Amino acid sequence: MILGRLHLLAGLAIGVMGGLSLFTFIYAQGFSYFSNDPAACANCHIMREQFDSWLKSSHHARAACNDCHTPHSLIPKYWTKAENGWNHSVKFTLQNFPEPIRIRPVNARKLRENCIACHLELTGDILHGATPGQQADCLHCHSGVGHGPRR
Amino acid sequence: MRTSRWTLIGASAAAALATFLVTMLLINVSDRKREALRTHFDLVTLTEDTVDPAEWGKNFPRQYDGYRRAVDTERTRYGGSEAFNRLDLDPRLKRIFAGHPFSLDYREERGHAYSLSDQDETERVKQRKQPGSCLHCHSSVMPAYRAQGGGDIFKGFELVSAMPFAEGRKLVSQPVSCVDCHDPANMQLRITRPAFLLGFRAYKLGQGVKDYDPNTMATRQEMRSLVCAQCHVEYYFAGDRRIVTYPWSKGLKVEEIESYYEEAGFSDWTHAETGAGVIKVQHPEFELWSQGIHARSGVACADCHMPYMREGALKVSDHHVRSPLLNIERACLACHPFPAAEMRARAELIQDRTARLLSRAEDALVDLINAIQRGQPGGSSSAQLAAARKLQRQAQLRVDFVNAENSMGFHAPQEAARILGEAIDFARQGQLALR
Repeated sequence: MILGRLHLLAGLAIGVMGGLSLFTFIYAQGFSYFSNDPAACANCHIMREQFDSWLKSSHHARAACNDCHTPHSLIPKYWTKAENGWNHSVKFTLQNFPEPIRIRPVNARKLRENCIACHLELTGDILHGATPGQQADCLHCHSGVGHGPRR
Repeated sequence: MRTSRWTLIGASAAAALATFLVTMLLINVSDRKREALRTHFDLVTLTEDTVDPAEWGKNFPRQYDGYRRAVDTERTRYGGSEAFNRLDLDPRLKRIFAGHPFSLDYREERGHAYSLSDQDETERVKQRKQPGSCLHCHSSVMPAYRAQGGGDIFKGFELVSAMPFAEGRKLVSQPVSCVDCHDPANMQLRITRPAFLLGFRAYKLGQGVKDYDPNTMATRQEMRSLVCAQCHVEYYFAGDRRIVTYPWSKGLKVEEIESYYEEAGFSDWTHAETGAGVIKVQHPEFELWSQGIHARSGVACADCHMPYMREGALKVSDHHVRSPLLNIERACLACHPFPAAEMRARAELIQDRTARLLSRAEDALVDLINAIQRGQPGGSSSAQLAAARKLQRQAQLRVDFVNAENSMGFHAPQEAARILGEAIDFARQGQLALR
Protein backbone atom coordinates (compact mmCIF):
# COMPACT_ATOMS: atom_id res chain seq x y z
CA MET A 1 0.00 0.00 0.00
CA ILE A 2 2.81 2.35 0.96
CA LEU A 3 4.71 1.36 -2.16
CA GLY A 4 1.63 2.23 -4.21
CA ARG A 5 1.60 5.74 -2.78
CA LEU A 6 5.32 6.08 -3.34
CA HIS A 7 4.84 5.04 -6.95
CA LEU A 8 2.26 7.78 -7.28
CA LEU A 9 4.58 10.34 -5.63
CA ALA A 10 7.55 9.39 -7.79
CA GLY A 11 5.41 9.42 -10.91
CA LEU A 12 4.03 12.81 -10.01
CA ALA A 13 7.46 14.26 -9.26
CA ILE A 14 8.94 12.96 -12.49
CA GLY A 15 5.89 14.12 -14.43
CA VAL A 16 6.11 17.65 -13.05
CA MET A 17 9.80 17.73 -13.80
CA GLY A 18 9.22 16.48 -17.32
CA GLY A 19 6.44 18.96 -17.99
CA LEU A 20 8.31 21.92 -16.56
CA SER A 21 11.47 20.96 -18.45
CA LEU A 22 9.54 20.72 -21.70
CA PHE A 23 7.91 24.11 -21.05
CA THR A 24 11.28 25.70 -20.24
CA PHE A 25 12.79 24.18 -23.36
CA ILE A 26 10.02 25.54 -25.56
CA TYR A 27 9.93 28.91 -23.77
CA ALA A 28 13.69 29.24 -24.29
CA GLN A 29 13.17 28.50 -28.01
CA GLY A 30 15.09 25.23 -27.62
CA PHE A 31 13.95 23.77 -30.91
CA SER A 32 15.33 26.70 -32.87
CA TYR A 33 18.85 25.49 -32.07
CA PHE A 34 18.30 22.37 -34.16
CA SER A 35 17.50 24.55 -37.16
CA ASN A 36 19.74 26.31 -39.62
CA ASP A 37 18.09 29.69 -39.00
CA PRO A 38 20.70 32.39 -38.20
CA ALA A 39 18.18 34.24 -36.06
CA ALA A 40 18.53 31.42 -33.51
CA CYS A 41 22.13 32.45 -32.92
CA ALA A 42 20.96 35.89 -31.79
CA ASN A 43 18.21 34.56 -29.48
CA CYS A 44 20.06 35.69 -26.39
CA HIS A 45 21.19 39.00 -28.00
CA ILE A 46 24.88 38.43 -27.30
CA MET A 47 25.58 37.93 -31.01
CA ARG A 48 23.20 40.62 -32.16
CA GLU A 49 26.00 42.66 -33.75
CA GLN A 50 27.39 39.65 -35.56
CA PHE A 51 23.91 38.77 -36.80
CA ASP A 52 23.11 42.32 -37.91
CA SER A 53 26.42 42.75 -39.71
CA TRP A 54 26.13 39.32 -41.37
CA LEU A 55 22.87 40.54 -42.92
CA LYS A 56 24.92 43.18 -44.73
CA SER A 57 27.98 41.08 -45.45
CA SER A 58 29.20 39.61 -48.69
CA HIS A 59 28.56 36.07 -47.46
CA HIS A 60 24.95 36.75 -46.57
CA ALA A 61 23.63 35.44 -49.87
CA ARG A 62 25.55 32.17 -49.78
CA ALA A 63 26.37 31.18 -46.23
CA ALA A 64 24.49 31.23 -42.94
CA CYS A 65 26.10 30.86 -39.50
CA ASN A 66 26.21 27.07 -39.61
CA ASP A 67 27.78 26.93 -43.06
CA CYS A 68 30.94 28.53 -41.72
CA HIS A 69 30.85 27.76 -38.00
CA THR A 70 29.87 24.07 -37.94
CA PRO A 71 31.37 21.14 -39.82
CA HIS A 72 29.35 20.01 -42.80
CA SER A 73 28.93 16.31 -41.97
CA LEU A 74 26.10 15.31 -39.67
CA ILE A 75 27.72 13.98 -36.50
CA PRO A 76 30.57 16.55 -36.21
CA LYS A 77 27.99 19.26 -36.94
CA TYR A 78 25.71 18.29 -34.07
CA TRP A 79 28.65 17.61 -31.79
CA THR A 80 29.86 21.18 -32.46
CA LYS A 81 26.38 22.56 -31.89
CA ALA A 82 26.03 20.61 -28.64
CA GLU A 83 29.45 21.59 -27.29
CA ASN A 84 29.12 25.28 -28.10
CA GLY A 85 25.45 25.31 -27.14
CA TRP A 86 26.34 23.98 -23.70
CA ASN A 87 29.18 26.48 -23.27
CA HIS A 88 27.07 29.42 -24.41
CA SER A 89 24.12 28.47 -22.19
CA VAL A 90 26.26 28.07 -19.09
CA LYS A 91 28.15 31.30 -19.69
CA PHE A 92 25.08 33.35 -20.51
CA THR A 93 23.09 31.98 -17.58
CA LEU A 94 25.91 32.58 -15.10
CA GLN A 95 26.94 35.83 -16.86
CA ASN A 96 30.65 35.12 -16.61
CA PHE A 97 32.40 35.58 -19.92
CA PRO A 98 34.98 38.06 -21.17
CA GLU A 99 33.97 40.74 -23.64
CA PRO A 100 34.37 41.28 -26.48
CA ILE A 101 33.57 37.63 -27.22
CA ARG A 102 36.22 35.79 -29.23
CA ILE A 103 36.23 32.59 -31.24
CA ARG A 104 38.10 29.75 -29.51
CA PRO A 105 41.04 28.16 -31.39
CA VAL A 106 39.14 24.89 -31.82
CA ASN A 107 36.26 26.72 -33.51
CA ALA A 108 38.63 28.87 -35.57
CA ARG A 109 40.10 25.67 -37.03
CA LYS A 110 36.66 24.42 -38.00
CA LEU A 111 35.89 27.82 -39.51
CA ARG A 112 39.02 27.77 -41.62
CA GLU A 113 38.23 24.30 -42.89
CA ASN A 114 34.89 25.66 -44.04
CA CYS A 115 36.52 28.59 -45.86
CA ILE A 116 38.61 26.10 -47.76
CA ALA A 117 35.70 23.71 -48.35
CA CYS A 118 34.07 26.34 -50.55
CA HIS A 119 37.14 28.20 -51.82
CA LEU A 120 39.38 25.20 -52.42
CA GLU A 121 39.85 25.77 -56.13
CA LEU A 122 40.81 29.39 -55.66
CA THR A 123 43.21 28.72 -52.80
CA GLY A 124 44.66 25.38 -53.92
CA ASP A 125 47.96 26.88 -55.01
CA ILE A 126 48.61 28.76 -51.81
CA LEU A 127 47.54 25.85 -49.62
CA HIS A 128 49.60 23.27 -51.46
CA GLY A 129 52.98 22.60 -49.91
CA ALA A 130 52.38 24.61 -46.74
CA THR A 131 53.72 22.93 -43.62
CA PRO A 132 50.85 21.40 -41.65
CA GLY A 133 49.81 23.85 -38.97
CA GLN A 134 51.49 26.72 -40.82
CA GLN A 135 48.81 27.39 -43.39
CA ALA A 136 47.69 30.95 -43.78
CA ASP A 137 44.75 31.95 -41.62
CA CYS A 138 42.16 33.26 -44.10
CA LEU A 139 40.65 35.58 -41.50
CA HIS A 140 43.91 37.30 -40.73
CA CYS A 141 43.25 39.43 -43.80
CA HIS A 142 39.63 38.69 -44.66
CA SER A 143 38.20 39.33 -41.20
CA GLY A 144 35.17 41.26 -42.40
CA VAL A 145 33.75 38.90 -44.99
CA GLY A 146 31.37 37.04 -42.69
CA HIS A 147 30.30 39.71 -40.28
CA GLY A 148 31.62 42.62 -38.20
CA PRO A 149 31.35 44.05 -35.80
CA ARG A 150 33.27 47.09 -36.87
CA ARG A 151 32.17 50.33 -35.31
CA MET B 1 9.60 -7.03 -10.33
CA ARG B 2 8.99 -4.87 -7.29
CA THR B 3 10.86 -1.62 -6.88
CA SER B 4 12.18 -1.02 -3.39
CA ARG B 5 10.83 1.77 -1.19
CA TRP B 6 14.15 3.65 -1.11
CA THR B 7 14.54 3.62 -4.91
CA LEU B 8 11.16 5.29 -5.22
CA ILE B 9 11.94 7.86 -2.52
CA GLY B 10 15.28 8.54 -4.20
CA ALA B 11 13.66 8.93 -7.61
CA SER B 12 11.11 11.40 -6.18
CA ALA B 13 13.83 13.41 -4.46
CA ALA B 14 15.98 13.52 -7.59
CA ALA B 15 12.98 14.61 -9.66
CA ALA B 16 12.20 17.31 -7.08
CA LEU B 17 15.77 18.59 -7.18
CA ALA B 18 15.78 18.57 -10.99
CA THR B 19 12.46 20.45 -10.98
CA PHE B 20 13.97 23.00 -8.61
CA LEU B 21 16.92 23.58 -10.91
CA VAL B 22 14.79 23.68 -14.05
CA THR B 23 12.56 26.29 -12.38
CA MET B 24 15.61 28.39 -11.55
CA LEU B 25 16.64 28.19 -15.17
CA LEU B 26 13.15 29.07 -16.32
CA ILE B 27 13.10 32.16 -14.11
CA ASN B 28 16.55 33.14 -15.40
CA VAL B 29 15.48 32.78 -19.03
CA SER B 30 12.35 34.76 -18.27
CA ASP B 31 14.40 37.52 -16.56
CA ARG B 32 16.69 37.86 -19.57
CA LYS B 33 13.74 37.99 -21.94
CA ARG B 34 12.05 40.69 -19.89
CA GLU B 35 15.28 42.70 -19.62
CA ALA B 36 15.50 42.76 -23.37
CA LEU B 37 11.92 43.98 -23.75
CA ARG B 38 12.21 47.21 -21.82
CA THR B 39 15.38 49.08 -21.14
CA HIS B 40 14.24 51.61 -18.60
CA PHE B 41 11.35 52.71 -16.44
CA ASP B 42 10.39 56.34 -15.91
CA LEU B 43 10.13 56.66 -12.16
CA VAL B 44 10.68 60.41 -12.05
CA THR B 45 10.06 63.10 -14.63
CA LEU B 46 13.28 64.72 -15.78
CA THR B 47 13.37 68.32 -16.99
CA GLU B 48 15.99 70.78 -18.20
CA ASP B 49 16.28 71.95 -14.59
CA THR B 50 17.01 68.51 -13.15
CA VAL B 51 20.71 68.97 -12.53
CA ASP B 52 21.03 66.44 -9.69
CA PRO B 53 22.42 63.23 -11.24
CA ALA B 54 20.80 61.17 -8.45
CA GLU B 55 17.37 62.05 -9.88
CA TRP B 56 18.42 60.78 -13.32
CA GLY B 57 19.81 57.73 -11.56
CA LYS B 58 16.30 56.75 -10.51
CA ASN B 59 15.39 56.22 -14.15
CA PHE B 60 18.81 55.09 -15.34
CA PRO B 61 20.43 53.22 -12.46
CA ARG B 62 23.04 51.47 -14.62
CA GLN B 63 24.38 54.69 -16.13
CA TYR B 64 24.24 56.49 -12.79
CA ASP B 65 26.18 53.68 -11.17
CA GLY B 66 28.94 54.19 -13.74
CA TYR B 67 28.88 57.99 -13.36
CA ARG B 68 29.41 57.63 -9.61
CA ARG B 69 32.40 55.39 -10.18
CA ALA B 70 34.19 58.20 -12.00
CA VAL B 71 35.74 59.16 -8.68
CA ASP B 72 38.24 56.32 -8.47
CA THR B 73 41.97 56.81 -8.06
CA GLU B 74 43.46 54.03 -10.16
CA ARG B 75 46.49 55.31 -12.09
CA THR B 76 47.81 54.58 -15.54
CA ARG B 77 51.47 55.18 -16.28
CA TYR B 78 50.89 58.84 -17.22
CA GLY B 79 47.48 59.67 -15.79
CA GLY B 80 45.32 59.38 -12.74
CA SER B 81 42.87 61.14 -10.48
CA GLU B 82 44.69 61.80 -7.24
CA ALA B 83 44.73 65.39 -6.05
CA PHE B 84 48.52 65.70 -6.02
CA ASN B 85 50.39 68.68 -7.33
CA ARG B 86 52.19 68.23 -10.63
CA LEU B 87 54.53 71.13 -9.83
CA ASP B 88 56.19 68.98 -7.15
CA LEU B 89 56.76 66.22 -9.68
CA ASP B 90 58.32 68.40 -12.38
CA PRO B 91 60.00 71.55 -10.97
CA ARG B 92 60.65 72.78 -14.52
CA LEU B 93 56.93 73.65 -14.69
CA LYS B 94 57.43 76.31 -11.98
CA ARG B 95 59.92 78.04 -14.27
CA ILE B 96 57.82 77.59 -17.38
CA PHE B 97 54.69 78.97 -15.68
CA ALA B 98 56.45 81.69 -13.63
CA GLY B 99 53.94 84.43 -12.89
CA HIS B 100 50.86 82.39 -13.91
CA PRO B 101 48.34 81.00 -11.41
CA PHE B 102 49.34 77.53 -12.63
CA SER B 103 52.66 78.03 -10.88
CA LEU B 104 50.65 78.08 -7.62
CA ASP B 105 48.72 74.87 -8.07
CA TYR B 106 48.71 72.42 -10.95
CA ARG B 107 46.89 69.29 -9.87
CA GLU B 108 46.11 66.07 -11.60
CA GLU B 109 42.62 66.40 -13.05
CA ARG B 110 39.91 64.15 -11.67
CA GLY B 111 36.54 62.75 -12.78
CA HIS B 112 33.36 64.65 -13.66
CA ALA B 113 31.90 64.15 -10.21
CA TYR B 114 34.85 66.15 -8.77
CA SER B 115 34.75 68.96 -11.31
CA LEU B 116 33.05 71.49 -9.05
CA SER B 117 34.62 70.62 -5.68
CA ASP B 118 38.14 70.63 -7.20
CA GLN B 119 37.43 74.07 -8.59
CA ASP B 120 36.40 75.24 -5.11
CA GLU B 121 39.61 73.96 -3.61
CA THR B 122 42.33 74.92 -6.07
CA GLU B 123 44.82 77.55 -4.91
CA ARG B 124 44.34 79.23 -8.29
CA VAL B 125 40.85 80.23 -7.17
CA LYS B 126 41.68 80.72 -3.49
CA GLN B 127 44.71 82.98 -4.00
CA ARG B 128 43.75 84.71 -7.26
CA LYS B 129 40.55 86.34 -8.38
CA GLN B 130 38.84 84.15 -10.95
CA PRO B 131 35.73 84.92 -12.99
CA GLY B 132 32.41 83.12 -13.20
CA SER B 133 33.58 81.88 -16.59
CA CYS B 134 35.03 78.76 -14.92
CA LEU B 135 31.50 77.54 -14.18
CA HIS B 136 30.90 77.04 -17.91
CA CYS B 137 32.62 73.67 -17.65
CA HIS B 138 32.97 72.99 -13.95
CA SER B 139 29.27 72.87 -13.13
CA SER B 140 25.82 72.00 -14.38
CA VAL B 141 25.34 75.63 -15.24
CA MET B 142 22.60 75.77 -17.88
CA PRO B 143 19.67 76.57 -15.53
CA ALA B 144 21.72 79.48 -14.15
CA TYR B 145 22.40 80.78 -17.68
CA ARG B 146 18.72 80.56 -18.56
CA ALA B 147 17.64 82.29 -15.35
CA GLN B 148 20.21 85.09 -15.64
CA GLY B 149 19.63 85.63 -19.36
CA GLY B 150 15.84 85.53 -19.08
CA GLY B 151 15.74 82.42 -21.25
CA ASP B 152 18.60 83.45 -23.54
CA ILE B 153 21.52 81.15 -22.75
CA PHE B 154 24.04 83.26 -24.65
CA LYS B 155 23.09 86.37 -22.68
CA GLY B 156 23.12 84.43 -19.40
CA PHE B 157 26.49 82.95 -20.33
CA GLU B 158 27.96 86.44 -20.78
CA LEU B 159 26.46 87.72 -17.54
CA VAL B 160 27.63 84.78 -15.41
CA SER B 161 31.11 84.80 -17.02
CA ALA B 162 31.57 88.45 -16.04
CA MET B 163 30.66 87.79 -12.39
CA PRO B 164 33.34 87.13 -9.78
CA PHE B 165 33.70 83.37 -9.25
CA ALA B 166 32.25 83.44 -5.72
CA GLU B 167 29.11 85.21 -6.93
CA GLY B 168 28.55 82.84 -9.85
CA ARG B 169 29.29 79.86 -7.62
CA LYS B 170 26.12 80.59 -5.64
CA LEU B 171 24.04 79.99 -8.77
CA VAL B 172 25.13 76.38 -9.25
CA SER B 173 24.99 73.28 -7.11
CA GLN B 174 26.18 70.31 -9.16
CA PRO B 175 29.34 69.32 -11.04
CA VAL B 176 29.15 68.26 -14.70
CA SER B 177 26.26 65.83 -14.83
CA CYS B 178 23.68 64.02 -16.99
CA VAL B 179 21.72 67.05 -18.24
CA ASP B 180 24.88 68.58 -19.72
CA CYS B 181 25.02 65.99 -22.51
CA HIS B 182 21.55 64.39 -22.56
CA ASP B 183 18.18 65.75 -23.58
CA PRO B 184 15.95 64.93 -20.58
CA ALA B 185 12.99 64.24 -22.87
CA ASN B 186 14.55 61.44 -24.92
CA MET B 187 18.15 60.96 -23.76
CA GLN B 188 19.52 62.06 -27.14
CA LEU B 189 23.01 63.49 -26.97
CA ARG B 190 22.96 67.24 -27.35
CA ILE B 191 25.25 70.21 -27.03
CA THR B 192 24.40 72.68 -24.29
CA ARG B 193 27.52 74.83 -23.87
CA PRO B 194 27.34 78.29 -25.49
CA ALA B 195 31.13 78.64 -25.90
CA PHE B 196 31.26 75.38 -27.84
CA LEU B 197 28.31 76.33 -30.04
CA LEU B 198 30.00 79.63 -30.89
CA GLY B 199 33.52 78.21 -31.25
CA PHE B 200 32.48 75.27 -33.39
CA ARG B 201 30.32 77.49 -35.57
CA ALA B 202 33.36 79.71 -36.16
CA TYR B 203 35.50 76.65 -36.94
CA LYS B 204 32.93 75.33 -39.44
CA LEU B 205 32.63 78.77 -41.01
CA GLY B 206 36.39 78.64 -41.57
CA GLN B 207 35.77 75.35 -43.39
CA GLY B 208 33.12 77.02 -45.53
CA VAL B 209 30.02 75.77 -43.69
CA LYS B 210 27.66 78.55 -42.64
CA ASP B 211 25.53 78.59 -39.46
CA TYR B 212 26.63 75.19 -38.28
CA ASP B 213 24.55 73.78 -35.43
CA PRO B 214 25.71 70.40 -34.13
CA ASN B 215 22.35 69.74 -32.49
CA THR B 216 20.65 69.55 -35.87
CA MET B 217 23.51 68.86 -38.28
CA ALA B 218 25.92 66.42 -36.62
CA THR B 219 25.55 62.66 -36.96
CA ARG B 220 25.05 60.51 -33.90
CA GLN B 221 28.62 59.25 -34.12
CA GLU B 222 29.94 62.82 -34.35
CA MET B 223 27.88 63.75 -31.30
CA ARG B 224 29.59 60.97 -29.37
CA SER B 225 32.73 63.13 -29.62
CA LEU B 226 31.26 66.63 -29.74
CA VAL B 227 29.54 66.36 -26.36
CA CYS B 228 32.99 65.80 -24.87
CA ALA B 229 34.45 68.63 -26.95
CA GLN B 230 32.12 71.01 -25.15
CA CYS B 231 34.80 71.24 -22.48
CA HIS B 232 37.88 69.10 -23.26
CA VAL B 233 39.41 71.80 -25.44
CA GLU B 234 41.73 74.81 -25.52
CA TYR B 235 40.01 78.07 -24.53
CA TYR B 236 40.76 81.55 -23.28
CA PHE B 237 38.83 84.29 -21.51
CA ALA B 238 38.23 87.02 -24.08
CA GLY B 239 38.10 90.67 -23.05
CA ASP B 240 37.28 92.33 -19.74
CA ARG B 241 34.05 90.39 -19.49
CA ARG B 242 36.01 87.16 -19.41
CA ILE B 243 33.96 85.34 -22.05
CA VAL B 244 35.03 81.70 -22.46
CA THR B 245 36.17 81.52 -26.09
CA TYR B 246 37.47 78.63 -28.19
CA PRO B 247 40.19 79.90 -30.60
CA TRP B 248 39.07 77.80 -33.56
CA SER B 249 38.09 80.16 -36.37
CA LYS B 250 41.30 79.38 -38.28
CA GLY B 251 41.29 75.66 -37.49
CA LEU B 252 42.13 73.17 -34.76
CA LYS B 253 45.86 72.61 -35.40
CA VAL B 254 48.37 74.19 -33.04
CA GLU B 255 49.71 76.69 -35.59
CA GLU B 256 46.15 77.66 -36.56
CA ILE B 257 45.32 78.30 -32.92
CA GLU B 258 48.60 80.21 -32.63
CA SER B 259 47.76 82.45 -35.56
CA TYR B 260 44.32 83.09 -34.03
CA TYR B 261 46.01 84.32 -30.85
CA GLU B 262 48.46 86.42 -32.88
CA GLU B 263 45.61 88.11 -34.68
CA ALA B 264 43.69 88.66 -31.43
CA GLY B 265 46.89 90.02 -29.85
CA PHE B 266 46.21 87.81 -26.87
CA SER B 267 48.51 86.63 -24.10
CA ASP B 268 47.35 84.72 -21.01
CA TRP B 269 50.09 86.26 -18.91
CA THR B 270 53.45 87.96 -18.99
CA HIS B 271 56.23 85.59 -18.03
CA ALA B 272 57.64 86.73 -14.68
CA GLU B 273 61.26 85.91 -15.53
CA THR B 274 61.53 86.97 -19.18
CA GLY B 275 58.73 89.48 -19.77
CA ALA B 276 57.44 87.47 -22.75
CA GLY B 277 53.70 87.51 -23.47
CA VAL B 278 52.79 83.82 -23.39
CA ILE B 279 49.81 81.50 -23.74
CA LYS B 280 48.69 78.95 -21.15
CA VAL B 281 47.21 76.06 -23.08
CA GLN B 282 44.37 74.32 -21.30
CA HIS B 283 43.51 70.73 -22.27
CA PRO B 284 43.24 70.44 -26.06
CA GLU B 285 42.11 66.79 -26.13
CA PHE B 286 39.55 67.40 -28.89
CA GLU B 287 42.00 69.37 -31.00
CA LEU B 288 44.82 66.82 -30.76
CA TRP B 289 42.48 63.83 -31.21
CA SER B 290 41.14 65.52 -34.35
CA GLN B 291 44.61 65.18 -35.92
CA GLY B 292 44.95 61.47 -35.11
CA ILE B 293 44.20 58.18 -36.80
CA HIS B 294 41.29 57.31 -34.52
CA ALA B 295 39.43 60.48 -35.48
CA ARG B 296 40.17 59.80 -39.15
CA SER B 297 38.76 56.31 -38.76
CA GLY B 298 35.53 57.64 -37.28
CA VAL B 299 36.22 56.42 -33.75
CA ALA B 300 34.49 58.68 -31.24
CA CYS B 301 35.63 59.69 -27.74
CA ALA B 302 32.87 57.53 -26.28
CA ASP B 303 34.00 54.44 -28.21
CA CYS B 304 37.16 54.21 -26.11
CA HIS B 305 36.32 56.20 -22.98
CA MET B 306 32.75 54.92 -22.57
CA PRO B 307 32.73 51.60 -24.45
CA TYR B 308 29.60 49.48 -24.59
CA MET B 309 29.23 46.94 -21.83
CA ARG B 310 26.65 44.28 -21.17
CA GLU B 311 24.52 43.99 -18.10
CA GLY B 312 22.35 40.89 -18.34
CA ALA B 313 20.62 41.02 -21.72
CA LEU B 314 21.11 44.81 -21.93
CA LYS B 315 23.85 46.79 -23.54
CA VAL B 316 24.78 50.14 -22.03
CA SER B 317 27.59 52.55 -22.68
CA ASP B 318 29.89 52.60 -19.69
CA HIS B 319 29.33 55.89 -17.86
CA HIS B 320 32.37 55.27 -15.74
CA VAL B 321 34.33 57.58 -18.03
CA ARG B 322 38.02 56.72 -17.66
CA SER B 323 41.29 56.00 -19.38
CA PRO B 324 40.89 53.19 -21.92
CA LEU B 325 44.06 51.74 -20.39
CA LEU B 326 41.97 50.83 -17.35
CA ASN B 327 39.46 48.98 -19.52
CA ILE B 328 41.45 47.63 -22.46
CA GLU B 329 39.26 44.63 -23.22
CA ARG B 330 36.17 46.68 -23.95
CA ALA B 331 37.90 49.86 -25.11
CA CYS B 332 40.38 48.44 -27.63
CA LEU B 333 39.63 44.82 -28.41
CA ALA B 334 36.25 45.44 -30.02
CA CYS B 335 38.20 46.73 -33.04
CA HIS B 336 41.77 45.48 -32.48
CA PRO B 337 41.82 41.66 -32.46
CA PHE B 338 44.88 41.32 -30.23
CA PRO B 339 45.49 40.39 -26.59
CA ALA B 340 44.99 43.17 -24.03
CA ALA B 341 48.69 43.07 -23.07
CA GLU B 342 49.67 43.83 -26.66
CA MET B 343 47.33 46.84 -26.81
CA ARG B 344 48.66 48.15 -23.51
CA ALA B 345 52.22 47.78 -24.79
CA ARG B 346 51.38 49.71 -27.97
CA ALA B 347 49.75 52.58 -26.10
CA GLU B 348 52.48 52.82 -23.50
CA LEU B 349 55.19 52.76 -26.15
CA ILE B 350 53.57 55.80 -27.76
CA GLN B 351 53.30 57.52 -24.39
CA ASP B 352 56.87 56.71 -23.35
CA ARG B 353 58.23 58.14 -26.59
CA THR B 354 56.11 61.27 -26.25
CA ALA B 355 57.16 61.72 -22.61
CA ARG B 356 60.85 61.55 -23.53
CA LEU B 357 60.41 64.09 -26.31
CA LEU B 358 58.31 66.31 -24.03
CA SER B 359 61.04 66.23 -21.40
CA ARG B 360 63.61 67.38 -24.00
CA ALA B 361 61.26 70.15 -25.11
CA GLU B 362 60.80 71.36 -21.50
CA ASP B 363 64.60 71.38 -21.08
CA ALA B 364 64.96 73.43 -24.24
CA LEU B 365 62.30 75.90 -23.09
CA VAL B 366 63.89 76.30 -19.64
CA ASP B 367 67.27 76.84 -21.37
CA LEU B 368 65.72 79.62 -23.42
CA ILE B 369 64.16 81.21 -20.30
CA ASN B 370 67.61 81.10 -18.63
CA ALA B 371 69.25 82.61 -21.71
CA ILE B 372 66.79 85.51 -21.88
CA GLN B 373 67.19 86.15 -18.14
CA ARG B 374 70.95 86.13 -18.39
CA GLY B 375 71.09 88.16 -21.58
CA GLN B 376 74.29 88.11 -23.55
CA PRO B 377 77.61 89.16 -22.02
CA GLY B 378 77.78 92.46 -23.88
CA GLY B 379 74.03 93.05 -23.36
CA SER B 380 71.37 91.93 -25.82
CA SER B 381 69.82 94.45 -28.13
CA SER B 382 66.12 95.05 -27.68
CA ALA B 383 65.53 93.54 -31.13
CA GLN B 384 67.33 90.37 -30.06
CA LEU B 385 65.31 90.17 -26.84
CA ALA B 386 62.05 90.73 -28.70
CA ALA B 387 62.90 87.94 -31.14
CA ALA B 388 63.82 85.58 -28.28
CA ARG B 389 60.61 86.38 -26.38
CA LYS B 390 58.53 85.71 -29.47
CA LEU B 391 60.27 82.36 -29.89
CA GLN B 392 59.63 81.60 -26.20
CA ARG B 393 55.95 82.28 -26.83
CA GLN B 394 55.95 79.89 -29.80
CA ALA B 395 57.85 77.16 -27.94
CA GLN B 396 55.72 77.60 -24.79
CA LEU B 397 52.48 77.20 -26.73
CA ARG B 398 53.71 73.95 -28.26
CA VAL B 399 55.24 72.38 -25.15
CA ASP B 400 52.07 73.19 -23.24
CA PHE B 401 49.83 71.93 -26.05
CA VAL B 402 51.20 68.42 -25.51
CA ASN B 403 51.78 68.68 -21.76
CA ALA B 404 48.31 70.00 -20.90
CA GLU B 405 46.65 67.55 -23.27
CA ASN B 406 45.56 64.48 -21.35
CA SER B 407 46.80 61.54 -23.39
CA MET B 408 50.61 61.91 -23.37
CA GLY B 409 50.54 62.02 -27.15
CA PHE B 410 48.28 59.01 -27.66
CA HIS B 411 45.40 60.93 -29.25
CA ALA B 412 47.65 61.78 -32.24
CA PRO B 413 51.20 60.44 -31.80
CA GLN B 414 52.82 61.85 -34.93
CA GLU B 415 51.17 65.22 -34.47
CA ALA B 416 52.38 65.36 -30.86
CA ALA B 417 55.92 64.54 -31.98
CA ARG B 418 55.74 67.18 -34.72
CA ILE B 419 54.58 69.80 -32.23
CA LEU B 420 57.33 68.93 -29.74
CA GLY B 421 59.95 68.88 -32.49
CA GLU B 422 58.91 72.40 -33.46
CA ALA B 423 58.95 73.45 -29.80
CA ILE B 424 62.55 72.31 -29.39
CA ASP B 425 63.48 74.08 -32.61
CA PHE B 426 61.85 77.36 -31.57
CA ALA B 427 63.46 77.25 -28.13
CA ARG B 428 66.94 76.65 -29.55
CA GLN B 429 66.36 79.31 -32.23
CA GLY B 430 65.56 81.67 -29.37
CA GLN B 431 68.91 80.93 -27.75
CA LEU B 432 70.64 81.55 -31.07
CA ALA B 433 68.80 84.85 -31.49
CA LEU B 434 70.55 86.15 -28.37
CA ARG B 435 74.06 85.41 -29.61
